[in-house]
This record gives sequence, C-alpha cells and structure tokens, in this order.
Amino acid sequence: MGTTEAAQTPRTGPDRRRRTGPAVAAATLLPLAGCASDAPSALDPAGAGAQRVEGLWWLLFWISVVVFVEVLALLVWALIFRRGARTRVRHGQPLRFVTIAGAGLPLVILVAVYGVSLRDLAALGTDPGPDAPTVEVTGHKWWWEVRYEGVAGATANEIHIPVGERVRVRLRTADVLHSFWVPQLMPKTDLIAGETRETWLHADRPGEYRGQCAEYCGLQHAHMALMVVAVPRPEFDARLARLAAPAPAPSTDAERRGQQAFVQGTCAACHTVRGTGAQGRVGPDLSDVGSRWSLGAGAVPNDAGHLGGWIANPQTVKPGNQMPPQPVDAARLPDLIAYLRSLD
Amino acid sequence: MSAELPAGRSTGWWGMVLFVTTEATLFACLLGSYFYLRFQNGPQWPPDGIANPALLRPLLMTAVLVPSSLPMIWAERGLRRGRLWRVRAGMATSMLLGLTFLGLQATEYAELLTEFTLTTNAYGSLFYVITGFHGLHVLIGATMIGWVLTATRGGLDARRHDRVRNVAIYWHFVDIVWLGILFTVYLSPWL
Amino acid sequence: MSIVDTPAAGADPTDRERLAENWTERPSLRSWLTTVDHKRIGRRYLVTAGFFFALAGISALLMRTQLANPGSDLLSPQQYNQLFTMHGTAMIFLFATPMLFGFGNFLVPLMIGSRDMAFPRLNAFGYWVFLFAGLFMWASLPFGAAPNGGWFAYVPLTSVQDSPGLHLDVYTLGLLFLGISTTAGAINFIVTALKMRAPGMSLNRMPLFVWAIVATAFMVIFALPALNVDNAMLFLDRRFGAGFFDPAAGGNVLLWQHLFWIFGHPDVYIIVMPGLGIVSAVLPAFTRRGVVGYPLVVLAIVAIAIISFGVWAHHMFAVGLPQVSYGFFSAASSIITIPSGIQIFAWLATMLLGRLVLRTPLLFVIGFIVTFVLGGVTGAMFALTAFDQQVTDSYFVVAHFHYVLVGGALFPILAGIYYWLPKITGRMYAERLGRWAFWLVFIGMHVTFFPMHLYGLFGMPRRVYTYPAGLDWDGWNLVSTVGAYVLAVGLLLVLVGVVHAVRRGRPAPPDPWGGDTLEWSTDSPPPAYNFPVIPRVHSLHPTWDARTAESTGPGATADRILSAGRRTPLTSELDGRYERPVEMPEASGKPLVLALTLLVLFTALLFAWYPVAAAAVAVVAGTVAGWLWPGRRAEART
Ligand code: HEA
Ligand code: HEA
Ligand code: HEC
Ligand code: CUA
Ligand SMILES: [Cu+2]
Repeated sequence: MGTTEAAQTPRTGPDRRRRTGPAVAAATLLPLAGCASDAPSALDPAGAGAQRVEGLWWLLFWISVVVFVEVLALLVWALIFRRGARTRVRHGQPLRFVTIAGAGLPLVILVAVYGVSLRDLAALGTDPGPDAPTVEVTGHKWWWEVRYEGVAGATANEIHIPVGERVRVRLRTADVLHSFWVPQLMPKTDLIAGETRETWLHADRPGEYRGQCAEYCGLQHAHMALMVVAVPRPEFDARLARLAAPAPAPSTDAERRGQQAFVQGTCAACHTVRGTGAQGRVGPDLSDVGSRWSLGAGAVPNDAGHLGGWIANPQTVKPGNQMPPQPVDAARLPDLIAYLRSLD
Repeated sequence: MSAELPAGRSTGWWGMVLFVTTEATLFACLLGSYFYLRFQNGPQWPPDGIANPALLRPLLMTAVLVPSSLPMIWAERGLRRGRLWRVRAGMATSMLLGLTFLGLQATEYAELLTEFTLTTNAYGSLFYVITGFHGLHVLIGATMIGWVLTATRGGLDARRHDRVRNVAIYWHFVDIVWLGILFTVYLSPWL
Repeated sequence: MSIVDTPAAGADPTDRERLAENWTERPSLRSWLTTVDHKRIGRRYLVTAGFFFALAGISALLMRTQLANPGSDLLSPQQYNQLFTMHGTAMIFLFATPMLFGFGNFLVPLMIGSRDMAFPRLNAFGYWVFLFAGLFMWASLPFGAAPNGGWFAYVPLTSVQDSPGLHLDVYTLGLLFLGISTTAGAINFIVTALKMRAPGMSLNRMPLFVWAIVATAFMVIFALPALNVDNAMLFLDRRFGAGFFDPAAGGNVLLWQHLFWIFGHPDVYIIVMPGLGIVSAVLPAFTRRGVVGYPLVVLAIVAIAIISFGVWAHHMFAVGLPQVSYGFFSAASSIITIPSGIQIFAWLATMLLGRLVLRTPLLFVIGFIVTFVLGGVTGAMFALTAFDQQVTDSYFVVAHFHYVLVGGALFPILAGIYYWLPKITGRMYAERLGRWAFWLVFIGMHVTFFPMHLYGLFGMPRRVYTYPAGLDWDGWNLVSTVGAYVLAVGLLLVLVGVVHAVRRGRPAPPDPWGGDTLEWSTDSPPPAYNFPVIPRVHSLHPTWDARTAESTGPGATADRILSAGRRTPLTSELDGRYERPVEMPEASGKPLVLALTLLVLFTALLFAWYPVAAAAVAVVAGTVAGWLWPGRRAEART
C-alpha cells in the first residue's frame, strides 16, 4: 500500500486554539511535547461534547497522579528503609492503615468523581432540540453514507455542520456494527444492527475534524474514516442546496464521454449521480465525489492519480472493500476521471 | 443410619453439587436470553403469528416428571437402610417416568415442527434449544440411572452409595429446571 | 531425586518405602500418558501454557512490526485480523487461565497438605482437553482459517453472512471444547480446597493463594456458562440457521454482547485473582512476615468475586443502553476498585513492616504493584461512562488492559516461576540472569504500553491493521514496537534462566526462601506422595510454627501416615476436622482416551461430519461409564 499518508491531513489548516493550562501540564507530565499538531486528539477538543470529557479527563488524570505517587512513595520508602540485615521485622497488623488508605480514601474520591461524571453523562445525553438540523448517517462496510433530513441527495464520508450549532446525528448500520467517533467533537456512539441511535455534534470553531469508525467491523475497519467539516451557517445552507440539486452537468467533451461511460457501464449499477441514469445504491453516492477529502473513506487522497488507481483496481488500494475491479477500457479511463473530478 | 455411610460429605457429593450448580447457571443464561429476546422483540410474542404454546401437554409432562423425584427420594432412603430392592425399584420408576416424559416431548415436537422450526425465527430457536437441551438432560439422567442400576448389581458399598446419591442429585436438578422451563417457555407467553 | 532428607521421623523407613512404592510412577511412555499425579499435570499445564504464550507473543510481535510504521504492508488485513484475534484469544484462554491453573494444580495440594487433588483423573482429563483445544485453535492459523472476529467476536460481523468459512466455527467450537477443561479444573479446585486440607487447617488458616484459587474457581462456575451458551447459540446460528442474533428473525445482536461480558468481565478477574494470590504467597518469604490483614484480604478476594458479576455493561458504554443502567454499572465498576485497593495497601503495609529481601521474585512483585496500580487507575477512569465513551475501543483501552494483564497476571506468573522453580524442579535459578530478565521485561513493558495511552487519546482506534501518517500516531507506535522487542528479549532471558536452572542449577534445599506455607516443608521436588506424614496444622504460617513442624515428627499417628495404599485424609469443610482416609485412584488411560474422543467430536463438528460426531458421542458415553464404574479396590483395603 504505502499510499495512506496525506489523505488524512485536512486541506485547509483548521485554526487551532492555543492549548490551555491543563495542556501545558500535559506537555510536561506526559511526554506530549511536540504533538501540538495534527492528531484528532481528544485533548484538543473543539466542541461542547469533547470539552466536557476533556475536563473530566484532567480531573481523573490528577487524581491518578496523586494515587500513583502515594503508592510509589510507600514502595520507595520500603525499598530504602526496610532492607539490610539489621532491619527489625515488625509484627503488627495495621488494619486501620489498610482500611483507610485502601478503602476509605478511595471511596471518598470515587463518590466525588462519580457525581461529577453523572453530570457530564447527562450533559452528553441531552437532546439537541427539535429545531436542530439532523444528519442521517448509515454505516456500511467500509464507508459512511451521509444524508441530511429533508434533503434528497446523499454524500459519503464527509459531514458538514454549521459552526456553533448542535446538530443531531441519527445513526444506523446497513450491515455489521460500527462506531461513530469524532474525538475532537464528541465521544463514541455505536451503530447497532436493527436499531437506531442518536448523538449530536457541536463545533465551536470552523475546521475539519477527523473521525473514524471505532468498532471493529472486518477487513477494512482501518479505512473507515470520515471528516466533519464545520462551516459558517451560510456555507452550510449552500451545501444543503447543492445536495438537493442535480449533480453538475459535464462541460467538456471528455467529461461528457466519461459520463456516458459511467452511466452505461457497470458503475451505474452501484453508484448514484443525481440527475443522471445512474441510480445504484450499493456504493457511495458520487454526485459530489470531486470535492471529497479522500477516496475510500480515508484510504487515499482524492486526486486524479489516485482516482485512476481506484477505478482500475480498488482492491489494491483498499484490499477487501466491496467494490470489485471494474472492466474499464483503458482508453475510457481518462474520460471517467475527468467526469468524476468535475462532480463537486 | 447404617454404619456403611462414612462421616462427612464425600468429594463426589461436592463434585456433583458444583457440577449441577454450573449447569443451573447454564439454564439460567438460556432462560435469561429468552426473556431478553422477548422484551426486545416488541409486544407480539410469540411473533409471526405463532400461537401461544398449548398447555395441556406440558402440564401433563410436569405431572410425569416432577413426581418422579419422589421414588428417587424413596430409593435414597432405602439406600441408607441398606435395602437394595428399594433402591432398584425406586430408581427404575423414576427412569420410566423420565422416559415417558421424553415420549410426550417427542409427540409435542412432531406436532409443533409443522408449525415452526429452529430456523423460523428467534422464538423457534429459543423454544427448541431450551426444551431440547432440557430433554437431553432427562435422557442423560435416565442413562445414568440405567448405568447405576447395572453397577449396583454386585451389592452396595460406600462407592456405590456415592454414585446413587449423585445420580439422585442430578435427577432432582433436572426436575427443578423443568419448572423454570415450564414457567418461561410455556406459561409466560400467556401472561 | 530428593536432595536433602527432611526430618520426618514420624514415618519410619518402611512407611516411606511403602509410600514410595504405592505412589511413584515408573518413568515410561505409558506412565507419561496415564499419570494422574497433580505435580506432573501441573508442570504440564505450565509448559503448555508457556508454549501457547510464546505463540501468542510472537503473533503480537508480528502485529507490532506491522504497526511500527504507517501504511506498512508487511501483513495483509486478513493476516492481521487473524493474528490479533488469536493473540487476544490465546493470551486470555490458552495462556493466562491455564498457566495459573498450572500453578494451582502444582501448589494447592502441597499448600494444604494433601497427597493429590480431589479428582486426580479428572485433573489429567482437564489437562488433555486443554492441550487438544489449544492445538485445535492454533492449527487453524497456518491454513488461514483462524478466528478473525476479535476475541469477543461481536455479531453480526461473526454471522455466517459476514464471516463465511471456518474462522468463527473454530472459535465457537474451540472455546466450548476448552470450557470443559476449565469447568472440570474449577470443580476440582473447590472440592480439593474444601475436603483435602490437612487436619487442623480450618478455613481461616487456608493460605491466601488457595483462597484466590477457590474464588477464581467459583467465578468460573458461574461465569463460564454464559460464554458457553453464547458460543452454542452462535454455532447454531451459523451452522443450522437459528435466529438468536439475527435482527431480521427477531433476534438481537446485543444479546451476544451481554452474555459475552457477563462471562468476560468476571473472566478478567479470573485471570488476575490467582495472580494476586501469587503475590500474597511470595511476599511473606521476602518480607519475613505474614501478609498484613489476612481477614481483610480474604474479604477483598470474596468481594471481588461477587461484585465482578455486576459490572459487565461497562464494556458496552457506547452501545446506547438507558442512562439509568449506565449509572448503575458505572457505580458498581467504581466500587470494585476498593477491594483491589485494600489488597494493594495490605501488601504495602507488609513491605513497610517487614524486612525486604530483594530477590528476583520480589522484584517482579514490586514491578507488579507499580504496573497494576497504573492499569487499575485507568480502569477506574473507564468506570465513568462519560469518559469511557471517549476512549473505548481506542488504544487507551489497549493500554489499560495490558497494564492489568501484563502487570496483574504476567508479572505475578514470572514471580511465581522464579519463586517455585526450586520446588518444581529441585534446582535454583541464576539470580543475576533473573535480575536482567526482570529489568528488560519491566522496561520493555512500559515502553511498549505506556505510549498507547497517548495515541489512544490522540484518536487512534484499536484493531486497525494500519494507520495514516501525519496524525501524531506514527512516532509513538514505533516506540511501542521497540518496547515490544525489548520485552521479548527479557522473556527470552526468563526462558533461558529456566532452562539453565533445569540443566545446570544448584540443587535446591526443601526451603530455600524460608517460606511460610506447607509446600516448603517437603523435599524439592516433592516426592510422589508429597508428604511422608500429613501435618497437623496449628497456624496460618505452618512452616514457621513449631507445633505444626512437631506434628510430623515422632509420635505422628498412623492416620496421618497412611502408608497402605494410595491414601490421604479427608477433613471437614470449615474447621478441617479429621474425617477419614480415602483411597486415591491410580494412573489411568481413560482420561486421555476421553479427551481424544472429544477432539474427534469437535473436529467432526467443525467439518460437519455428523455421523463421525455421533459415533464419538457414543464412545464418550461408553468411556465415561467405564471410568466411573465402581471398582472393587475400595473394599479390599478397608
Ligand atoms: C487482569 C485483568 C483486568 C483487571 C484486573 C481489570 C481491572 C479493572 N478494569 Fe479492566 N479490562 C480488562 C482487564 C482487566 N481489568 C480487559 C482485558 C479489558 C478490555 C477487554 C476488551 O475490550 O478487549 C478491560 C476493559 C475495561 C473496561 C471497558 C473499557 C472499554 O472497553 O471501554 C472498563 C470500564 O469500566 C474496565 C474497568 C476496570 C476496573 C474499574 C478495574 C479495577 O478492578 C481496577 C482496580 C485497581 C485499582 C484501582 C488499583 C489499586 C487501587 C488503589 C491503589 C486504590 C486507590 C484507587 C483509586 C482511588 C482509583 N476495564
Ligand atoms: C494475558 C494477556 C495478554 C498479554 C500477556 C499480551 C501481551 C502483549 N500484547 Fe496483547 N492483547 C491481549 C492480551 C494480552 N496481550 C488481548 C486480550 C488483546 C485484545 C485482542 C482483541 O482486540 O481481540 C490484545 C491486543 C493487543 C494489541 C492490539 C491489537 C489491535 O487492537 O489491533 C497489541 C498491539 O500492540 C498487543 C500487543 C501485545 C504485546 C507486544 C505483548 C507482549 O507482552 C508479548 C510478549 C511476549 C512474547 C514476545 C513472547 C516471548 C516468549 C518467549 C520468548 C518464550 C517464553 C516462554 C516461557 C516464559 C515459558 N496486544
Ligand atoms: C459492485 C458495486 C460497485 C460497482 C460496480 C462500482 N462500485 Fe465504486 N464503490 C462501490 C463501493 C461499495 C464503494 C465504497 C468502497 C469503500 O470505501 O469501502 C465504492 C467506492 C467508489 C469510489 C470512492 C468514493 C468515495 O467517496 O470514497 C469511486 C470514485 C468509485 N467507487 C467509482 C466507481 C466507478 C467509476 C465505477 C465503474 C467503473 C464503480 N465505482 C463501480 C461499489 C461499486
Ligand atoms: Cu466500521 Cu469499524
Ligand atoms: Cu470489565
């Protein structure tokens, strides 16, 4: 393979806020230094959901440090002062020490953090409200189908949300279990076969937030990523409007030939391009494939070269994925590429 | 009490009790699964137009199986007094009742299989697996009785005692589990 | 064989001769196949589990090599998925539990002053089944047909539609097969500990290690059925079209998860509990005093065993169960940390009051405390649902469970290997080599698994065969891989140390450490009959207690020598009153035959040769009937 790089890095540099106090602590205590960059990190939250959990994490982190240091200190004490032939063995049964240090104090700590965590859990579970925009996400082996409530068109592996608003996400799966996870925005929610789950997304700054399927779902679980793109409200509305309209019509001869090849070839059996004869539902809707952040749910970057490689043999790019190699006439390939690149 | 029974519980007794305990947990998991699937399934249960289980035959089966523990107890008492004939007669009666139970179950299957099977839906799977697994236990119990009857032909001694008592424990267990199944599989859909 | 003669004057030479004659098995192929000696069986468990550990460890090294760099294509996704599934499954089922059962087998009768387990032939049977089940599962790997659904095999990914082929049939049948062995072993441990303790060893004088084994065995009894039911249902779904897990047929995919974790969570304590028991057994010898707070520690063991059945849904915090149930499971998961805390502080107190003798076993115990506490506190973090939803199924979880598994099971196992090696082999290990092994293992462990916390938080999901560059995951993954190799070198040194000790080690005295439990009161290695005289136990630390030692000296009564036949005393369950001697069975080939027939049965089921399976069932029934047939021997001797 060796082609996985780059696809993941966001196209536009998302504006990242400076790390705040706890993060500085992290840089010293955990060897986090030098990592202030591209990780879709739960410690670099960009929305209400992940922020809550980040707060909880730092609380738990410091408690753990205290507990660990306490244990370590006692151990070191024993190692320094309780060795050597002249150390006298003492035969007491300090039950009070054991009960207080081992049960009493932990109980107090646990009750406290339990209380805090219930508050956070409730906050994560709140409904975004009846007016919130709703995204319908369906997990497939191994890509994400994305629809917006009230909009006819579909897209894949990319979710646009308006900045600063809560967006409801309704999760279903077409096959096995998957899990919807955008670490910088929201903890996980599993997609359960035969059932529907809901979560929400909220981003307080524009940017691209990488997510990835977090429930093992078979061969290509590794390449089932998605991108949440937070944009200002007008851009979001424009995006929905484009999804409601037919795909852009071909404007050059090559594109026209490509469209013909697409619609009359095998492609149409599995893929939809709105406003053409291609209405297949097996694979992702390709009406806006030219604008996607990647091909194959994070498998390769979306450029002409990789697109050609994908069409020629998707199985070498993403082994085991559900799109079989297609019998495309080598002469037709550039046309197909040109056409698909024009869809955005 | 006859001097033949040594002091304290034997290792065999404990072994059987623990075995039965883990088996009981197995049945608990099966019955738990039944209720789980039922309550995840929506209001219609049994689903897909399958009728509620008929009660006459299972009640008859209960009437056959549950009392079969009595001759077993009687046999055990006889064992303590060293009365071999009581052991034989009691256990043979229990075995016959057990086999009758299996016969009734066979007729039930013959009828029901025309209505739904293991593969019809989850209800069918539950029904046949739970009742079938229990039937298998009755069969094993009956085989054990047959085996002990043969093994005690040579008379009774401490080791044989142990085996009779262990078979009795197993048999009582199979009986009690049936009550759980009767309630879960046959009665609960009517509630 | 014995190096130093223990002064057990209570048994005169003729008694010893008769004991030796009645118990010793002449070395031959036949006796190798038919032995029922718990010491030989225990050793076999240890070696076999070590072998499966090496296989699972090598799988891990392959995985780590693949993950060293982003976008690597050393392994195909098919291979990677089979390797990580086999790694997890084997580590859990074929290494950790059997290894600890091996220690239990070797040690429980010795620690409680008995001559064998309660059911020696069942014990032999359990070993053979374990061996065959392990081979059954590993054999699928070279054919590319190994399980590939992860060690918890969630449906519907593991349904026949989504996973055709034998992979998951190997998994369900292999685990059902293995379950027979684990259940048999558990029953055997409980009955042994209840009935076979030396006279005078009331329950409150039972060593902590034995308590841990008994609690473990009880957890097995109540937890394993859930896994068996789950696997049986999955097998029926896949093979015969049943609908338990098929939503289209009214089944439910979450049923699998509930049943799996009702087993799976107790199972992680099944793994750690004997490990904690080893720690409690090792500490007294190297701190020169008993573990602080025996009753508290026993209470903690029992509490863990019970509470562990009420926390399973913490593995399902992201599936979207009702909030109330999350509140409950979150609270229960938090509470279960408390008994662990009690044990940690009891050990710390022991070390703070005693005098530390810093030999390799104690080093591993200290390594255990450091590592296990780190793993424990991340566990306590997951107990809080909101936090868990963020990190579940990420490498943060992988970090947690390797900290508790490597720290809580592997380190104690290694401590136990060094500690009991003299008893098991009669030879001392080389201390310097042991220290080197410790430091490499300890450093390697933390270098491998600590970074996983980081890249887990940075968003890396688990069970991915590759990952992209540029997300800050790459460098840390390389660190983990390097650590894994360091760890492997350390473990290799452990192996070298063991082999060296067996070949060249100094002969070991009966009690090289000054341990407090009864196994140190007999020769190293113990004679076939374990104890020439069954001691009468007067305290919690029998070896340190003069009265117990005297009880095996002159004046020991014949009812504790029992040199006629293969006999050992039974005692009462609670207070260890002497009841009567029992006759122990002799070597037998039936356990092996039965296990082999079961292997045929499960293989036949795997390949759908149902007539063969039916024939095997008949042979099984016949063998069991013959096995349990009451013999004449009993009366002959009473
Ligand atoms: C040996 C095995 C072992 C042990 C001992 C533990 C111990 C604990 N585990 Fe762990 N766990 C696993 C093996 C184990 N675990 C495995 C294998 C998985 C993953 C399975 C998979 O997904 O593949 C897992 C996953 C797992 C999860 C699910 C994570 C997820 O998938 O999202 C959770 C959630 O609650 C959890 C919790 C705990 C807790 C609370 C403890 C506690 O028992 C820990 C208690 C110990 C301490 C806390 C340290 C000592 C105490 C003190 C020093 C006192 C002071 C402490 C405090 C105040 C906190 N574990
Ligand atoms: C007891 C349990 C145990 C142990 C000890 C280990 C040990 C190791 N594990 Fe473990 N691991 C699991 C249980 C365990 N694991 C489980 C349950 C999973 C989850 C699986 C799943 O998701 O389904 C998992 C998953 C898992 C993953 C995640 C895979 C993924 O999600 O994609 C990784 C990745 O690095 C990993 C690595 C390692 C490494 C490097 C070791 C090293 O410590 C291994 C070192 C061992 C060796 C290198 C062998 C050397 C041996 C010898 C030289 C012979 C010595 C012989 C004697 C002592 C007799 N493991
Ligand atoms: C049998 C069904 C099938 C056919 C026929 C098929 N595809 Fe696909 N295609 C899929 C599936 C399924 C995916 C999603 C793969 C994945 O990401 O795991 C996909 C993905 C793609 C993608 C990547 C989309 C994205 O956003 O990641 C492109 C581009 C594509 N197909 C083009 C084509 C073209 C061009 C043809 C015809 C020459 C074609 N497909 C024929 C099933 C099919
Ligand atoms: Cu979808 Cu993993
Ligand atoms: Cu758990």
